[in-house]
Amino acid sequence: MCGLCGAFGGSDHWTGGSAATATGLTPAAERQARARIANQILKPYGLTLDEWAGRFTLRARNGKTAILDHFGAIWPEAEKLTGRTFDPLDPVTLDRMEGIS
Amino acid sequence: MTAPDESDARITANVLTGFLGAGKTSLLKRLLALPSLSGTAVIINEFGEVGLDHLLVEAIDDDIVLLKSGCICCNIRTDLKTALLSLFERSRSGEIPRFSRIAIETTGIADPAPIVATLSADPMLRHHFRVGNIVTVVDVPNGWSNLDAFAESQRQVAVADRIIVSKSDIAPAEDAARLRSRLEALNPAAEILELCEAMQPDEALFVRDIHDISARGVEVTRWLKAATHTHDHHSHPHHNHAHHAHEHDINRHGDIRAFVLTGDAPLNWARFGLWLSMLLNRHGGEILRLKGLLDIEGNASPVVIQGVQHLIHKPMHLERWPDGVTGTHLVVIARGLDPALVERSFRAFNDLAPLAGGLAKSA
Repeated sequence: MCGLCGAFGGSDHWTGGSAATATGLTPAAERQARARIANQILKPYGLTLDEWAGRFTLRARNGKTAILDHFGAIWPEAEKLTGRTFDPLDPVTLDRMEGIS
Repeated sequence: MTAPDESDARITANVLTGFLGAGKTSLLKRLLALPSLSGTAVIINEFGEVGLDHLLVEAIDDDIVLLKSGCICCNIRTDLKTALLSLFERSRSGEIPRFSRIAIETTGIADPAPIVATLSADPMLRHHFRVGNIVTVVDVPNGWSNLDAFAESQRQVAVADRIIVSKSDIAPAEDAARLRSRLEALNPAAEILELCEAMQPDEALFVRDIHDISARGVEVTRWLKAATHTHDHHSHPHHNHAHHAHEHDINRHGDIRAFVLTGDAPLNWARFGLWLSMLLNRHGGEILRLKGLLDIEGNASPVVIQGVQHLIHKPMHLERWPDGVTGTHLVVIARGLDPALVERSFRAFNDLAPLAGGLAKSA
């Protein structure tokens, strides 16, 4: 089982944070806020993340959807849904992120 | 005495690694002779049919589970998990004495990262155990050539929290100093200690770690000193971006480099998590170690984060910023990644302005 996607681990993945990163929001509001932030990054990839019953749903432009327990599963699932790879070190991606291209 | 996090009742698992003949078992024997570590169970990963090291630690014979079927990397989800849970159950049932700590000694050629992965990723193991200090033993007579010849040796040093330089008493003093400099550059965040056979190790080697609230500040301060050293070295005017691949780059060892990511504005936790998990998804195998302090939006106090390869531990709280430190400082030890590109990605995804004039603080 992959330690990255944490499929064993459920929702206590590190990306869920801890008391050290708590914002004071309720857990549901916290997940919704995090999904909103994530969508700023995911939108250019044609991906949409929504908070759903304590978990997240990830939708690709092709209509495929996955249910995720935590943020750590976003990228592996995004690659499965779209058949693409997403590399944060890709220069084209970085140009876009920096608003250069 | 130490003050472990009272909310965390898990058994600390220390990983003891080092190349063949470096003196791992000798160090383990001396550590286990300390009264404060007497309640430590041991798992030894052996190559071959005969567990020679097993004989050397016979005093704790009852608590040893040998992994006979080869390198621990190949047995990550099975042998190690079975051995750990077997020890735990036997201890709970009274078959063997209760233990408060477990030491996992790897084979000489093992990459310790999969052990950390096993302990961290499996929910049952994670419930009972937490990863303590990873201790790597490097001997002066052979350490330098092992680092040259074996990627595994470099990886063992790169993931360590504590590096023990052994056998300096049977080698020229200049060799020990030279090796130490190389180890410091390869893993600037680890504490490096010289320890000969005749010297008694301090219990702190196992006991004082990032989980210990009273030690956390000291531990993090050492990471940041490493960050400052790396930063200063690479901020030197003769070490600008164009010189990163220069042969005099002391933070470069083969493909392994230590570098520091810094953030001058608070990070959003969700953004940071999305960026780091994206990086680890594609490059987790190349990130050997990552540790540092994060300045997170909405949190006045710093957040401690650390991981080995694609395994990141839950973030921890540090009561206050260390003296003179503000902002995010993340020490990264990576193989084959361009530090400038990682820094650029870190800033772009975390909504930080690009660094003027290019990279100033990475290797």
